[in-house]
Formats: sequence, C-alpha cells, structure tokens
Amino acid sequence: MEALGIALPALGEAFSLILTLQHIGWLAVGVLLGLSVGVFPGLGGIAGLSLVLPFLFGMDPVSGLAMMVGLVAVIPTSDTFASVLLGIPGSSSSQATVLDGFPLARKGEAARALAAAFTASLFGGILGALFLTLFIVVGRPVVLAFGLPELLMLTIFGFSMVGALAGRSVLKGLVAAGLGMALASVGEAPAQGSSRLDLGHWYLRDGLQLVIVGLGIFAVPEIISLLRGDSAIAAGARLGGGRLGGFLDWWRHRWLSARCALLGVAVGVIPGLGGSVVDWIAYGHAVQSSKKRDTFGSGDIRGVIAPESANNAKEGGGLVPTLLFGIPGSGSMAVFIGGMILLGYETGPQMVRNELPVTYTIVWSLALANILGAGLCLGMSRGIARLTLIPFPLLAPFIFMMIAFAAFQSRQTLWDLCALVAVGILGLMMQRFRWPRPAFLIGFVLASQAEVYTYQATQIARARFSRSLGEGLEYVFSPIVIALLMITIASVWFGARQARGIKDTGTHTGGKLAPMIFTVFVALFSLALLADSLSIRALNDKVFPAVVGGFTALGALILLARMTRLAPSHEIFHDGEARDDAPPRGVWATLAWFVLLLAMTALAGFVIALAVFLVLFFRLRGRAGWRRTGVLTAGGLVFLLVAASLLNRDFPPGLLQYYVSLPWPFR
Amino acid sequence: MKTLATTLAVSVALVAVALAATLTPAHAQTNFQNETIEWIIPFSEGGGSDKWARFYAPLLAAELPGNPTVVVRNIPGAGSTKGANHFAQRVKPDGLTILGTSGSTQFPYLLDDPRVEYEYRDWNVVLASATGGIAYLPKDLGDKWNQDKTSILGENFIYGSQGATRLDLVPLLAWELLGLKVDPVFGIKGRGDGRLMFERGEANIDYQTSSAYLANVTPLVEAGQAVPMMTWGSLDNAGNIVRDPTFPDIPTFKEVYAEVHGREPSGAAWEAWKAFFIAGFPAQKMVFLPEGASAELVKTYSDAFAAAIARPEFPEASRKRLGIYPQATGQKAETFKKLGTEVNPAATAWIKNWLMERYNVEL
Repeated sequence: MEALGIALPALGEAFSLILTLQHIGWLAVGVLLGLSVGVFPGLGGIAGLSLVLPFLFGMDPVSGLAMMVGLVAVIPTSDTFASVLLGIPGSSSSQATVLDGFPLARKGEAARALAAAFTASLFGGILGALFLTLFIVVGRPVVLAFGLPELLMLTIFGFSMVGALAGRSVLKGLVAAGLGMALASVGEAPAQGSSRLDLGHWYLRDGLQLVIVGLGIFAVPEIISLLRGDSAIAAGARLGGGRLGGFLDWWRHRWLSARCALLGVAVGVIPGLGGSVVDWIAYGHAVQSSKKRDTFGSGDIRGVIAPESANNAKEGGGLVPTLLFGIPGSGSMAVFIGGMILLGYETGPQMVRNELPVTYTIVWSLALANILGAGLCLGMSRGIARLTLIPFPLLAPFIFMMIAFAAFQSRQTLWDLCALVAVGILGLMMQRFRWPRPAFLIGFVLASQAEVYTYQATQIARARFSRSLGEGLEYVFSPIVIALLMITIASVWFGARQARGIKDTGTHTGGKLAPMIFTVFVALFSLALLADSLSIRALNDKVFPAVVGGFTALGALILLARMTRLAPSHEIFHDGEARDDAPPRGVWATLAWFVLLLAMTALAGFVIALAVFLVLFFRLRGRAGWRRTGVLTAGGLVFLLVAASLLNRDFPPGLLQYYVSLPWPFR
Repeated sequence: MKTLATTLAVSVALVAVALAATLTPAHAQTNFQNETIEWIIPFSEGGGSDKWARFYAPLLAAELPGNPTVVVRNIPGAGSTKGANHFAQRVKPDGLTILGTSGSTQFPYLLDDPRVEYEYRDWNVVLASATGGIAYLPKDLGDKWNQDKTSILGENFIYGSQGATRLDLVPLLAWELLGLKVDPVFGIKGRGDGRLMFERGEANIDYQTSSAYLANVTPLVEAGQAVPMMTWGSLDNAGNIVRDPTFPDIPTFKEVYAEVHGREPSGAAWEAWKAFFIAGFPAQKMVFLPEGASAELVKTYSDAFAAAIARPEFPEASRKRLGIYPQATGQKAETFKKLGTEVNPAATAWIKNWLMERYNVEL
C-alpha cells in the first residue's frame, strides 16, 4: 500500500509527460526505426540504438528517451516476421517462435500466425508494463535476493525444459543438450581464460555466438529442404486463415499468454539469466501445460503465442536491473544506459528514488510503443505474408543474402560465414536423423552460465561453510532455492509424463549405417572435449568440459550400444533421406550453392560475390530471363547496400580486398 | 554455357570498376569535410571505453577541420586484442580510422599474450586520458578498517573478478601486499556484476574505476552500506604516487601500505605493482593514428583534441562523466604512452611468475 502511495502521484506526472504530441511523435520515430532494424535477422537493439546515439547529444531528454524506448520496445515484435515467414530466427529471443510459426507459414496460415504473434506481443508488452509499475518501487530487495545459488537453480530449471522438448527419445534429447553444452564450451573459458578445443585459432578462441548457432541449426536446414522442393513456402501457394483468426486464437489461449508474459518479466528482472532463454522457457511451459501435445512442432498456434508473449514482456522486465542497479540486462540495455547518460540521466538506485516520474515515463512509453508497433505490424502482416507465395527459387538467394549478412554481424569476419556453414551442416544432420534441435539449443544457451554459477556458488558456499555450518546451509538452501527446486522437479515430472504420450509421426528408416555414423561423430566430438580438458592446468576451467564431455560421450555410447541391438526399422534409426517422397535434388548439391557464395566471398568480398551469386542463381536455378534476373539482382543489392549504409555496417572482405583497397561497399 | 560466359563478363566488369576506383590515390588529407571518421573501440557497447569514446566523439567532430561525422565502431573480442589487431593490420594511415585502447589492451601486450599482433611503438598517440580506482568494503568491515587497518587481516575476503590477467591484477596484488586473504571468484563479465555481488553480500570487497564509483558506489556509501577503503592513487608530474584528485579524502594504497607495515613500500613486488598500476590507470585510455600517419595528420588530430579539452564547457562535462583526471595531448600524451606501454622486464617477469604460482595462469 505504501508503494501505491509513492507510485500513483508519480504515475500521474508521467502520463502528463507521455501524452504530449512531441513525446508521441518521437516515440513513433523510434518505433518506425525499431521496426525497420528488427526485420533484419541478426540486427537488433544494439544496432538500432547505435544508429540514434549520435543524435541524442543535445536532444530534449524526454524526447530522446521516447525515441530510444520506442526503438527497443518493438524489436522483439518485428523480428517475428523473419521467424514465422522465412524460418530464420529474427533474434536470439525469438528462436522458439520458428518451431511452430514456420510450419504454420508452410501450411499457408502465415497471416493467422503473425496476427496471433503480434496480439501476444502487444499483450505481453502491456502486462509487463503494468507489473513493472508496482515492482520497480519495491523491486530492489527482490532482485538482491537472487544470489548465485538462486541463479544456478534457475539455470537448472531452464535445463528441465529439455525433458519437454526432447521428443520421443529422452536419451537422444539429453545427448543433444550435452552436445550443445559441449559446443558452447569451445573457446576461452569464462573463469580463468584457458583455451578449450580452439585448435589454436583466434576465431574459435572467442567461442561461437548464439546468432550463428541459431541460424545454422534452424534456418539453414529449413532453407535447404525448401529449396530442394522448389515450391513456395506456403504449400500450394495459397494463403488461408485471416487476421481475425489469429486474434481469436490468442483469445482462446489468453491465460497461457498471461502466464508466459509473467515468465518473461521474471526472466528479464533477474540480472544474469540472459534474455535468450526466455522464449525456450515459455515454449517449454506451453508444451508441459497442454494436454494434447502432438501438434507442437508441426504448426501449433500455442507454440507461437507463448514465446511471443514472453519476449516482449522480457524487455520491460529488463528495465529493472538496468534502471535500479545500472546493470544492463542485455546488450541493447547496455547501449540504452549509454544513451541515458548522453541525455543527462544516471541510472542506479537514485534514478528510481529521485526521478520516479521519468522512470514511469520509460515504463509506460514501452507499453505505448508496443501498442504502436504491434498495430503497425498487424496492419502490414497480410501484405508481408504474401512473401510465402513466391516460388522459393526466386526467394532463396535473398534469404541466403540475409542470413550471411546476419551471421557476419557476429564477429565481422569471413570466419563467421565458415562457422555458419559448419553449424548448418550439423543442423542438417540433426534434422535428418531427428535429433531434437531445441534441446541442443537450450544446452548451448545455458552452458556458460551453468558453468560460471556452479563454480562461483561453490566457492562462496565453501567460504560460508568455513565460518559455520548454519551460515553455509542458509546460503545454499535459501527459501527461493527450495521453491525453485520444487518447481524444477514438477517441471521434470510433467515433461517425462508428456514424453510417453507423444505419438509416432512418420518414421522413415533406411538402414542402420547413416544414423550410427552421426552418433559416432557426436561421441567422438564429446571425447575430444574430454581429452582436451584433461590438458588444462586451471582446475576451474577444467571441470565443466570434462564433465560435459564425459557424460555426453557416455550417453552417445549407450545410444550406439542400443542401436547395435535394435532392428533397422526401429524409430531410433529415423532418416529423413529415406522417405519415399524425398525431393529429387540432393542436400549437398543444394548446400553447394551456399558454399559457392562463401568461396566467392573469400575471393572477392561479399558484395561482388553476392552480385555474381544472384545472377548465377536466378539464371541457372530460378530459370529466370535476363530481364528478371537483372531486376531481381539489382533490387537485392540496392536493398542491402542502402540498409547497410544507413546502419553503418561493413561486408565480409575477401582476398581481393587484402591486396587492393577498394571504396565502400567493396572494401 | 552462354549464361556462364555472360556472368563471367559481368563479374569481370564489376571487378574492373572496383579496381579503377582504387587507382585514385588515397592521399592523407587534413580537411575532413563530408567524410566519416571511424573510431574503433575494441570493447562492446556500454563499457567504460565505449562511454569515453562516445563522450569525445561529438567534440572531436566539432573541432576537426571540415567537421566530419565521427562514428564509434565497436569491435569486441579476444580480450580487446581482436579490434587492436584489426587496426594494426588492416587500417590505412589516411586519418579516417582511429583506435581507442584501454589498460585491458595494454596488459596483454605487456604480458606477451600470444594473441597480440600489434606494436604500440608503431602507433601515434593523439590523446591520453587517465583514470583512477577505488577499493571499498561493507559497512561493518569498513568501520573496523578505519579504526585499525590490521584488524581485518584475518578475514576471508571474496572478490568478484574478471580474471587475474586483466586490470584486476592491480587490486589483487595490492590486497595481497597488504596481507589480506582475498579469494577471487572468477568469471564475472564486467565490474558492474562485481558490484552487484557485493550488494548481495556474496562478495565482501570490491573495487571500481572512478566513473563507475561516482555513479554507482557513492549512493551506497551515502546510504551507509559501503565504506571506501583506499584509492590506487594518481601520478604527479615527477612520477610520484599522490592522492587521487577526485577523492582527496581517501588514502592511497601507498599510504595504507606504510601504515600497515610500518615502512615505506619497496622491493620487487612493490616495483611490479607500481609498474602495472601506471600502465593500467594513469595511462589507461589512449587514441591512436595508425603506423605511417603523416606528421601533419598527427598534429591535426592532436590540435583537435587539445581544442576540445580547452572548450569552456569541457571541465564541467568531463568532471561529471570521466572524473577529474588529466586529459593529455601532444608531448604530454607521448609521456603517458611511454608510461603505459613500456614496463621494465623485471616487473613483467615478476608478474608472470606471480600469476603462475598464485593463479596457475601460464603466459
């Protein structure tokens, strides 16, 4: 009640600031910018905010804030376009949307899926703002209550979602998650910086970034399989299901949406959990809490509503650590803090104490921006959904262009593209042999925090126990830890119970050899990690890869042992290539196009390579006339160049650029 | 086949156009009208170096001849060696690309990290900014410390650290030289996370650089939750360690050392600490032009930064955002560069050995 007494007057003042023409005008500018940046996969809040930072200097503070908030708020809204329509994760917090959003697009229900997603985004954003209004006044002690044991327990809770996303074979799911963790531990160790399995190469030393892994695991396999079929994304090139349908879908699942929005806020509020896991937790929750789960993964609207409700709410939640502690909850929040300093605001406890009206202006601008952004997206969704009707060979080169450009934003070197192709091949194999890719991604996302929190919590607990047993126990088994532990147990139990209920959906087997070779590869990679970890001197950096490598290898070996005993028709030997109606074109021939783009880039740089690639592709594969080829190539190039120059982005250079210096964009 | 031939023709034409464009010689100009200057920061957005560059960028744009656009480009990775390597290997000395480095770029260079492929001696310094560092304690321990500095020597301290080979080397060695038992908990991602660990009561000792201390720890001190312990100090013109001008009331590590041990600090360990403190703090952030930049170009940049610093509104703005620290250009910046990048081999060897014995880090 005391909190209400503080909140209400400040809230009144905030609304008088927000509801002015000037404020809404700048907010709209930010929203439009955010939407334009957000539709590019791989570009998000950081790129967008960096774009406006130079203009903030000397701007009226409230207008500047409005623009920044507008921009940040709508990124998780507009990245849905790429996730649903093209199967490319628009950003790290909408990877789960791809799982059911893209199958819906393929059924010709893109407009419906988008409408449901945007309604969920809108609802999540507003619910998040409502919750924050009260929470930001009383939030400080709550956030401080989440120490390392609590964060570790939350991470373990995240892992419990593997159970729900593993599919029919729990063992395969566990090994997939282990493989994700193993891949994530390549590079410089987080504790003491020992190098792990990096083959002495500086690119691997930095570790693989989530953008690349997300694109490689989800986008590359989808594009390749579409391209092999040569059809449009929407089956039969037909667009069914309207926007109203999408809204009604959301209304039917409004309680799911509300629960996921609260999950999103909670994940955002706690610094250190990272935003990229929120969509998976929401998705896992949707799967666990539904009675019938056969349809998940093949176009269930709940699989779109859950992550989209959560990822918009997360942005609001992320404001809490940013404003209360000056600690950014995400990369874009870090730039946001930089922008606030330019405007003359210093984030931290004094911000909420002394400038509560300004704080509320931020919170409710976020809600308003969500309304504007989701409204605009809804308006455009029917038109943009028509993308799914275009014959794929004419669309594919642009998608290759987009994901190559997105991947390059990771470290801005040619190696980004090499890594994308390598992870893409892994994704193709996982898709072919039906290894659960979501489980793999959860392992990848959570690995580094699982390692760091385990190690840090152990070390602090040791210090506490050395003082007294009571103090140690109090630290390790706080009420929050116990509550989280019970939630985790419930989550595992629900997941396990559900796994038994899944029906077998179209197993195709074609002999034991191919699936076993892939399993052997998984075992070898895990063993390599284990062997490498044994040569590390620093104990802190050694334990995690040794444990992950060891257990994953063990799991893979058990899987192999079972494989030798089972009949070749068993579902464990599922092989997507063995289906009778497999498309005529081979995987490798199709992937070769992408490798061609990579090779030409290595020689002549991205822009020149892309020009040649587009012409070749449209002519040879798309069977387009010269006129059409020219128009499409020029259109694609102009689009990319304009966007890159506005955002001040470079392109991957090649050998040519090494010897001669060329002007932008060839450099 | 016809398609292939035409495609080849088109690509050859494209390459030819591109080559022709390069034939126009890249001359080093000193008027930057309608140009865009790229300021490479080898760290991610929102960190100390990023804030520092974004503070200076508009000022630099206003003072350079022709008023170019100055954009900050973040190339983080490999502990900042990636961006610095990129600058050393790929950038032309035409004045359109500059680099901002920090102590975290200097330390791997000084410690012979194998990832370092840059040479500070090749670069031309045009601005050097100093900063300071302040250690602080929780209220109860801080009160004890203020009464008797030796009373907390038996305490088990926990400190959230980014890694022993980073700037954290300076506080870790300082505490060790005082005889404090500090266990670093490695693996945090920034000093802000270290402060959060302190606020949660999990860590009971911490340090922040000046600007972060002013923004985020001062409120804790005012609320009675934290007590300042000591600063690393500041360098006077003769190269002596004196009190930090931003925090004149807080004793320096040097003073505290004398009080705890009853004698002025000396010896190999102290010399090593001092060398790395100087490399890490008084000469923390510098702006460079690449190898081969003309003297005229260096002077243009130097003058522009000097003019930015001489602006009437500069002292107030910089006090708020950077703290009261020397912002040096010209000859003075050269002196800073020497301090920050040339450490006597004995100190380096001592530190490497200490890292090996104490933290099992092999360099």
